[in-house]
Amino acid sequence: MSLGKEDIEKIAHLARLGINDADVPGYVRNLSDILGLVEQMSAVETSGVTPMAHPLDARQRLRADEVTEINQREQLQANAPQVEAGLFLVPQVIE
Amino acid sequence: MHNKSIAELSQGLASGDFSSIELTRAYLERIETHNAGLNALISVTAEEAMAAAQLADQTRQAGNAGPLTGVPLVYKDIFCTDGVKTSCGSKILDNFIAPYDATVVAKCKTAGMPMLGKANMDEFAMGSSNETSFYGPVKNPWDTETVPGGSSGGSAALVAARLTPIATGTDTGGSIRQPAALCGITGLKPTYGRVSRYGMVAFASSLDQAGPMARSAEDAAWLLNVMAGFDEHDSTSVEREVPDYTAHLNTDLQGLKIGLPKEYFGEGLDAEVGRVVDAAIRQYQQMGAELMEISLPNSHLSVPTYYVVAPAECSSNLSRFDGVRFGYRCEDPQDLEDLYKRSRGEGFGAEVKRRIMIGTYALSAGYYDAYYLKAQQLRQLISDDFKRAFEKVDVIMGPTAPDVAFKLGAKASDPVSMYLSDIYTIATNLAGLPGMSIPAGFVAGNKGDMPVGLQIIGNYFDESRLLNVAHQFQLSTNWHQRVPEGFE
Amino acid sequence: MNWEVVIGLEIHAQLATKSKIFSGASTAYGAEPNTQACAVDLGLPGVLPVLNKEAVRMAARFGLAIGANVARRSVFARKNYFYPDLPKGYQISQMALPIVEAGRLEIELEDGSSKIIGITRAHLEEDAGKSMHGDFHGMTGVDLNRAGTPLLEIVSEPDMRSAKEAVAYMKKIHSLVQYLEICDGNMQEGSFRCDANVSVRPVGQEEYGTRAELKNINSFRFVEKAIDIEVERQIDLIEAGGKVVQETRLYDSDKNETRSMRSKEEANDYRYFPDPDLLPVVIEESFLTEVKSTLPELPDEKRQRFVQELFLSNYDAGVLTASRELADYFELVTEVAGGEAKLAANWVAGDLMGALNKAGQEIAESPVSAEMLGGMIKRIQDNTISGKIAKEVFDAMWQGEGDADTVIAARGLKQITDTSAIEPIIDNIIANNPGQVEQYRSGKDKLFGFFVGQVMKATQGKANPQQVNELLRQKLSG
Repeated sequence: MSLGKEDIEKIAHLARLGINDADVPGYVRNLSDILGLVEQMSAVETSGVTPMAHPLDARQRLRADEVTEINQREQLQANAPQVEAGLFLVPQVIE
Repeated sequence: MHNKSIAELSQGLASGDFSSIELTRAYLERIETHNAGLNALISVTAEEAMAAAQLADQTRQAGNAGPLTGVPLVYKDIFCTDGVKTSCGSKILDNFIAPYDATVVAKCKTAGMPMLGKANMDEFAMGSSNETSFYGPVKNPWDTETVPGGSSGGSAALVAARLTPIATGTDTGGSIRQPAALCGITGLKPTYGRVSRYGMVAFASSLDQAGPMARSAEDAAWLLNVMAGFDEHDSTSVEREVPDYTAHLNTDLQGLKIGLPKEYFGEGLDAEVGRVVDAAIRQYQQMGAELMEISLPNSHLSVPTYYVVAPAECSSNLSRFDGVRFGYRCEDPQDLEDLYKRSRGEGFGAEVKRRIMIGTYALSAGYYDAYYLKAQQLRQLISDDFKRAFEKVDVIMGPTAPDVAFKLGAKASDPVSMYLSDIYTIATNLAGLPGMSIPAGFVAGNKGDMPVGLQIIGNYFDESRLLNVAHQFQLSTNWHQRVPEGFE
Repeated sequence: MNWEVVIGLEIHAQLATKSKIFSGASTAYGAEPNTQACAVDLGLPGVLPVLNKEAVRMAARFGLAIGANVARRSVFARKNYFYPDLPKGYQISQMALPIVEAGRLEIELEDGSSKIIGITRAHLEEDAGKSMHGDFHGMTGVDLNRAGTPLLEIVSEPDMRSAKEAVAYMKKIHSLVQYLEICDGNMQEGSFRCDANVSVRPVGQEEYGTRAELKNINSFRFVEKAIDIEVERQIDLIEAGGKVVQETRLYDSDKNETRSMRSKEEANDYRYFPDPDLLPVVIEESFLTEVKSTLPELPDEKRQRFVQELFLSNYDAGVLTASRELADYFELVTEVAGGEAKLAANWVAGDLMGALNKAGQEIAESPVSAEMLGGMIKRIQDNTISGKIAKEVFDAMWQGEGDADTVIAARGLKQITDTSAIEPIIDNIIANNPGQVEQYRSGKDKLFGFFVGQVMKATQGKANPQQVNELLRQKLSG
């Protein structure tokens, strides 16, 4: 499986990754190599094999419906790039 | 003081031979002297360390000390530490001061262990050489022109160079064991779910597991006693009692059944490394263990499977780094898309971007079945191989890594060859099994001897046995006591 | 050409838990921005979700109430997309294995007929935050208080054939979730929201037309209007030779039009996969049995009981069970009134609801409590007041003059039932109206009403009508 320039651009867009044009050929090569490695999977017959999502066969634990968190806005927003009136600011969202 | 084991430090503190303040200061001084040449720390937290040491001494005076009270440590910089920068080796978190403690950190704090600093690592734990760190590569103390392995390379180098008594690491595909092997230390990746993941910056949630990186199995057992246990904040942590991991260290190995997967000794394994591993295994035989050849027939699929599962999970886990609530934000974003793309494009390094893209691709419409679903099915087959093996044997042994530490830059431009560094460690993560690496011996390198790791894989929650098996070897060998030149 | 309308609804009901679905932060509405967004809600590095048991219980309640299959094993998945109000860059939802599957709900239509609407699935997921487009120097502010609030997304089959049916279904779900006490139903606060998938096809055609998804319509009235206008748009478009595009559209209530939402449309590829931070949710039979045992009487069951045991008309029973609050009110009135269900139904469905409608108030805001209304009906029953006087008493209670007994005493409305008090009044009237007496006795029966009126006038309506009738008949017959 090899990828082209358009594939890289499409994937980068889906992942919201800005990629310099100059770096695209490198990603094309690397990602194609990695997919080449991954391609070995297709040689194995797996029909009927149950997919394994978790290493342990366990079930979700449920927590009691209790409010345990207090307001920590100041502390939690200390890392925020831009805050005003308690809100995280981002460039205008156009609907 | 820096050559003492955890047990010796614990005794020394208890008997008043030295205080935690003295001990901690001694280590901070060693860091001051030696770290520059290794680049093994992203942050040195001297002030916090001394304050914690003072508190530990007070706790001891008050008669409330536990075995590790006052013993300092280093955390891999993937663990959130309240009020201290937690970078995960990335530019995107270079300005991130964690507002809370990871569960592992909280447990170590409660145990009274002062934090010396935060260890360098591959960016977001993605790498096998520590070269993907935003903060530059870590150097292997055995030969500073070589890599320490990764991703917990900083932790491994610090322990090997005696700049910390012990450290935490995390292992998603070999990130504790492979650097432990390359730096000649003892590293343990516990069973998935044994140690809480809460507060560990997630790479691949179904594979990540934290563990101790130490000079010996005995030291590792002490720290695992603190790290392990159920955490109500982590849905994947297991509600299961934590045994005293030091309790069974001294059980003899008479009749221990060791499985040797033929797939781990074939093509791709360096001949010298193979000889050292063989010798270590023969040593076990002399100690009364029984050797059996076994087969893990789907081993060759581990790397391909891993490079679908891990990137898929990481592509989603790393979406939260978007320049909105924390972390790096690009200068002067033109619009929302620009904010996302440049913050992430500038904030993440090349390897992280590669993995995000592979994962995004593997999950995208039309490819999910062929990649992600297929990988999950293979994961089942790989896991089943181990289940069958453990019906016959107690532990599985083989090399940790196919070769000793390689030169800095040697594999940097070829991701696939880098990925193969973890060829023997990845399967355990896919299965969720515990695995260890211990120093097995040395081979001649360019500048002197380079350490070789022996990998020991155990059944689910069989950490006690792994530590016992490792400790018995360390009682009859002294590979783990060798210190790299210049760090004695 | 004749067109058939096909509608399916996706309803988002915020579950009435105290804490969020995956964190211990409060879900209370109206807090200062980001004061109820904890580290988990903000998606800080390293945080992990742990599932709220109450959310699971509420989903199970809903599933049992619609006769659905409550999955013994359901799985959370991540829906990946970037948006500022989505902190982690993915929403934790359920995809392949939802918690509730294959249920049904009967709706009543205006013509009195009923129809079964299939419910494909209902799944648990987390709500997103809110974006504020205020005046932050041309920037958007993000409040994540709502992020992580549990939602039950209820997806219907495309079974509805008109906007009216869609509204009837939506109202029925709205009522049901409140009956079940799993959602407060507050549409202003966004606790109950609806997306509508709308398409049209020529009558007789089997395959569905291309649908448009109308997003976030937050009132019953707007659902009807939005669907009607969208149907009109689609028919006009097709008849003019155009084609409906599958897209998301927004209803603008000011302009009464739907318009395309470009921004959300570009190549949605959500890359769903099982969330590795959460394990499969396993529901044991014992848990379901326990949930079942705590289920309240459901609207349809209640309606049937009202008809069969209280002998109400089907219509009254339907009106009185439309909301749990109203049904509870009615039952309390009946109880206080000593079991006078029919009278209670008349008063609740008639005068009370009339007064509430006129005042634009909800049942919970009624100035006349169920105890007050029941007390008044009791006084009708024991002949303290007549039905006619009761209307005056009701008005007085509505105006805040106190309960029925207080009003009756204060206004002197107690019915006169003492024969010796009524007799002299009747004698007096007979004496003063000899002409009318004469005519009556010569066969003009209709004049009987005149005498009743006179008595009532003289007693200000307080004389017991039955006694008046009897006495008058006696005395007039001579």
